[in-house]
Amino acid sequence: MANSVAEVMPTARSEHLAGAAAPGGQAFEALEPILRRYHRSPDSLIEILNQSQELYGHLSDDLLRHVAGSLELPLSRVHGTASFYHLFRFRPPARHSCVVCNGTACEVKGAAPLIEALEQELRIGLGACSADGWVSLGSVRCLGTCSAAPVVVIDGAVRKHQTVSSVLAAVRELDAEHGPEGEAEPQP
Amino acid sequence: MSVRTLSINGHAVAMATGTTLLAAAREVGVPIPTLCHLEGLSPVAACRLCLVEIEGSGKLQPACLTPVAEGMVVHTDTPRLQDYRRTVIEMLFTEGNHVCAICVANGHCELQDRAVEVGMDHSRLPYRHPDRPVDLSHPLFGLDHNRCILCTRCVRVCDEVEGAHVWDVGWRGEHCRIIAGLNEPWGAVDACTDCGKCVQVCPTGALFDKADTTGEKHADPARLGALVRARARGQQTR
Amino acid sequence: MTTLSQAHASPTPSSPSPTSVMRVRCCSSAGCLAGGAAELRQGLTAAVARRELQERVAITGVGCLGPCSQGPLLAIDPDGTLFAGVTAADADGLIAALAHRLQAVSAAEWEAPLAWRPAAGEQVDTGRPFFTRQRRVVLENCGLIDPERIEAAIERGAYEQLRHTVTDRTPAEVVDTIRRSGLRGRGGAGYPTGLKWATVAKMPGERKVVVCNADEGDPGAFMDRSVLEGDPHRVLEGMAIAAYAVGADQGFIYIRAEYKLAIVNLRRAIEQARRRHLLGAGLFGSPFGFTVELRVGAGAYVCGEETALIHSIEGQRGTPRPRPPYPAEAGVWGRPTLINNVETLANVVPILREGAGWFAAIGTEGSKGTKVFCLTGKVRRGGLVEVPMGTSLATIVSEMGEGCPDGAGLKAVQTGGPSGGCVPASLLHTSVDYESLQALGTIMGSGGMVVMDHSTDMVAIAAFFMAFCRDESCGKCVPCRAGTVQLHGLLQKHLAGDATAADLAQLEALCPMVAETSLCGLGQSAPKPVLSTLRYFREEYVARLKPGPTAAAAGR
Repeated sequence: MANSVAEVMPTARSEHLAGAAAPGGQAFEALEPILRRYHRSPDSLIEILNQSQELYGHLSDDLLRHVAGSLELPLSRVHGTASFYHLFRFRPPARHSCVVCNGTACEVKGAAPLIEALEQELRIGLGACSADGWVSLGSVRCLGTCSAAPVVVIDGAVRKHQTVSSVLAAVRELDAEHGPEGEAEPQP
Repeated sequence: MSVRTLSINGHAVAMATGTTLLAAAREVGVPIPTLCHLEGLSPVAACRLCLVEIEGSGKLQPACLTPVAEGMVVHTDTPRLQDYRRTVIEMLFTEGNHVCAICVANGHCELQDRAVEVGMDHSRLPYRHPDRPVDLSHPLFGLDHNRCILCTRCVRVCDEVEGAHVWDVGWRGEHCRIIAGLNEPWGAVDACTDCGKCVQVCPTGALFDKADTTGEKHADPARLGALVRARARGQQTR
Repeated sequence: MTTLSQAHASPTPSSPSPTSVMRVRCCSSAGCLAGGAAELRQGLTAAVARRELQERVAITGVGCLGPCSQGPLLAIDPDGTLFAGVTAADADGLIAALAHRLQAVSAAEWEAPLAWRPAAGEQVDTGRPFFTRQRRVVLENCGLIDPERIEAAIERGAYEQLRHTVTDRTPAEVVDTIRRSGLRGRGGAGYPTGLKWATVAKMPGERKVVVCNADEGDPGAFMDRSVLEGDPHRVLEGMAIAAYAVGADQGFIYIRAEYKLAIVNLRRAIEQARRRHLLGAGLFGSPFGFTVELRVGAGAYVCGEETALIHSIEGQRGTPRPRPPYPAEAGVWGRPTLINNVETLANVVPILREGAGWFAAIGTEGSKGTKVFCLTGKVRRGGLVEVPMGTSLATIVSEMGEGCPDGAGLKAVQTGGPSGGCVPASLLHTSVDYESLQALGTIMGSGGMVVMDHSTDMVAIAAFFMAFCRDESCGKCVPCRAGTVQLHGLLQKHLAGDATAADLAQLEALCPMVAETSLCGLGQSAPKPVLSTLRYFREEYVARLKPGPTAAAAGR
């Protein structure tokens, strides 16, 4: 999805160097067996990023720095590669995810009205995450389950033959759990 | 050394095996426009300005990468190629924010020169006015993404000649940006040696010396060739 | 070879006995799972346990059973009857019916049709054209075997051709067989497979690589997913035979991350084959060895392009590079590399088993064998079908797919995904082969076939595919990075009714420019959906134009 390039602000170099020296105490120990399995080979960068994201939910700067150091790769090479692929996240995921399939079959069978309805219901645009980290709305380019079109994936569960009323009912069920206090922090 | 004979725009040409069409054409005084190409850096064939027609080949071929071959008949300046080149330049102008009048590279800009060469007096395509940032975090140099054409010369010179690999391309498609480190402010990346080679090879005003103001940037990418040759001979340079 | 209806009917024992068994094959591919197939299978297993019928009724998961649009599907052996729309609530009733059947004492009772129907579903008539018009070569085991058990594949002859190849055939013989079979690449472009193998085999180099391209990114296509989910050993065996033929010792399967189940099944299959020494060093007592590694993509359509795929396997940005050098000369880590699509590799085993002549006898002059298609969109009976090359689009869409529902009338069929085009209803008599489709301005592509009825807006379809290409452009070369954005902008202008004749002229001028100057296949074919809709549905563009200074130009 459209990745907004982080605003680059003038910053004194020394401050950032100090920040880099103290990576917030995270040791990424769980990553060690994976790095070993791939012999710390730079060729395995994408595999390692895939599994890092599975372990930690998203690719933080500290995590990327750790991977770059372990594989002896330049930082820009690691970030350039990670940002190329749509499935890598640089921010923690929302608690719930709602993904509309945007493949040809789903398009022909009416994915667009589903997206429109979800955007209105969740009050966020496609590719965005609600401000409280509760839910994200995304799209995917064909899941290959075209016979079930149109398809919506909510929290990993694929729902076939969706209509506006069925998806709205499904996300309202999520809302029901939201509760009055509802200001839940996103999961790490 | 074996020689290949071929025809470029009707001129009979004899060139050493392995010579690229671009080098061969320049050797005999036939200009082929380029932007991403730079002597001394690995070729990427990304700007598509140097595409030429080769008789018998269904596809246009990039002159910067295609080696000369025996009996090749090459056309570098057909009406189709002229139109495509102008369109490429229009695409570059409309995808960024290129305002020559206030640019450090005004008058010394390769993009501007190419636009003049292809006769682009206006763009037939609509301007997209993207929202792009400026990075002034480095003490000596600046990076204005508005003027970047993603030729990746800076990426390649920093990696292949300086060996620092400060730069890379981040994201993809229309969202592509040159990034330093982990998409950090340039000044925060300690791999940077402040050598300034990226500024020297930048064809536009995207990378510039902070001391320069409008029209004052005099980058000299040709120095890179001398530097690479000197290194190959074992002479001390930096 | 079997037709699907034959394949579904296993030989029926002539008389019942206390040891007769019945088998329920539950479709466990991603399409049916979305409809609750996992719950159904759990329900069936539990019902069998409750009735203590574990010895008499086997519940197995299998790959795609075909008419996915009616899922979840299950088939019952030995009858071979197929049921659609079965839910977990039906489980107990079905097992009760099977239990009743197992008490049969006479042949008549044993052979009587099952007195059971799913509550909301139906029994599928396998005598319909959807089944009878198929010819299953690639999918011969799909839906019959349990993809989780290598024993099931071996029972059906898996790795037999690999053993035969390694022990009795020379690499040159294998290449020659594939060449004579006339097999062409099933990934879209249709390059002759034998020629590709011969090129890699001829390359000098101690170490070569075989890559299976399973980055099935075309929206509306799921053939490769179905093969990998339903019969993974077929692909592994094809890869190993290819490796033997070209002299490679290392293999990669590059698969898109969206295919979670296929990844799980493949990982398991690789491990099972390795344990049985069907992959690894010194196969069948020969010096030939071959290892396979899985590489999971991370969401980039362009990685289906061979050079981009190589970069991605090497852990880099998936950007294509100009060719030459071709992957056959310098691929993964600069080694000679053979890249074949999943379906191409799945054809290797039957070709070696039945012979090149047998394969070449199926299909047309220029396009041999069968092709798997995914029939989706506005079609009554959608799903996975395998037909001989040369079958007409009308046969596939109108006869097998039984046309459009809702009586809206068929308008066009889209093939080849974002690199293909739309074939109008008037040209449905066209035979499905590489050359005929190309002549219509589309391509065979990987096998997605999306049916559109008269409610489909063709300008919107063109804009949809351009949005896809814009999103998936790697950004390396200018015409694709900036050109797809400009083309998409122009199409949106048409959709909004703001375009003038001048905009239409610009759209038509930009299409060949992007096609001819882009670096790789993505940009080169990105304008195809626009060009094909302009060719057959130009009036839909013209009708939207608002009056402008050069209106005359648009009528040409």
